[in-house]
Amino acid sequence: MIIAQQKPVKDIAAMISDCKKVLLVGCAGCVTVCLAGGEKETEVLASSLRIMRKMEDNPLETVTYTATRQCDPEYVAALDNLTRDVDAIVSLACGVGVQYLAERFTDKWVVPALDTKFIGGSTVHGNWEEKCGLCGECILHRTGGICPIIRCSKSILNGPCGGSQYGKCEISKDVDCAWQLIYDRMKALGKLDKLMEFQPPKDWSKSRDGGPRKAVREDVMID
Amino acid sequence: MQYAPTVRIVEMPCSGTIDHRVLLQTFEDGADGVFVAGCMEGDCHFLKGNFRAKKRVRQVKKILDEIGFGGDRLDFFNLSAAQGQRFAEIVKEMTERVLQLGPNPLNKKAKKEGGAA
Ligand code: SF4
Ligand code: SF4
Ligand code: FES
Repeated sequence: MIIAQQKPVKDIAAMISDCKKVLLVGCAGCVTVCLAGGEKETEVLASSLRIMRKMEDNPLETVTYTATRQCDPEYVAALDNLTRDVDAIVSLACGVGVQYLAERFTDKWVVPALDTKFIGGSTVHGNWEEKCGLCGECILHRTGGICPIIRCSKSILNGPCGGSQYGKCEISKDVDCAWQLIYDRMKALGKLDKLMEFQPPKDWSKSRDGGPRKAVREDVMID
Repeated sequence: MQYAPTVRIVEMPCSGTIDHRVLLQTFEDGADGVFVAGCMEGDCHFLKGNFRAKKRVRQVKKILDEIGFGGDRLDFFNLSAAQGQRFAEIVKEMTERVLQLGPNPLNKKAKKEGGAA
């Protein structure tokens, strides 16, 4: 899932300083799971902004709503009635959600309440780690299920660099060397020979090269 | 047990049921100070409720500091049901702290608005 974190309340307040009434929109997708922009976080932010503004003698009216997902037009359309009389929309979704809102509500000031950080998962409740770099052509079958693109600090694709020490990456003793992990796992699986197979350079044209990417599935299109 | 008449007690089944939203709401509703009393460490019937409450209170204090309201108006204490004396002390301590901080700044604003109307 997408992992995001809330911006400082002061920064969000500054984006809507000239507004009297705002709509805060949470997202029940990824950011609910990573506890950054779900229903609860939306209420907490609304309350914080109200308190702040009341102290400044400039009260702020808030409306809150949590969309099923902000990255699907049908759920964004459900906001139509709520947006009419607000001066701004504060999105607590990832950057995708913010853009969907901005696209639909063209005459509204739409601002992000979160910083979208990475895609990954949780290790324990309250701790998330980056796991995938969205390279466009997954190679995990060749690397023992460990992604060298995002978990190797240098995204090296052919084994560790000279900075790999006692299983740790040279950037920090708290960061595992991805290639040590890959080697250990392939060894345990009895598949070290796979690491010796010749690999052509990775085709980066499937990644960010060439502008924003698209995925199309004609078979599921309704019209 | 005697304690200052300055507090209003809201009973909860366990301090662990406290929520960030409820704490912020109390201040929006005009509370000058709030404290959450949880069982002694190791004595929570739900095992970790008091530890969780303490962490949530800490987080809300952080938010209150961040927005300039002041986290000092909120605190967490551990005490058992048998410590009436300690409860009275905490009430006194919080009351004194709040007296020093003055009324909830949101109340001052509300009064001003009311006065003008
Ligand atoms: S808008 Fe972003 S956070 Fe919400 S479900 Fe879609 S991808 Fe996840
Ligand atoms: S190889 Fe590419 S798609 Fe697979 S996990 Fe790594 S970055 Fe993601
Ligand atoms: S029962 Fe959980 S804090 Fe008292």
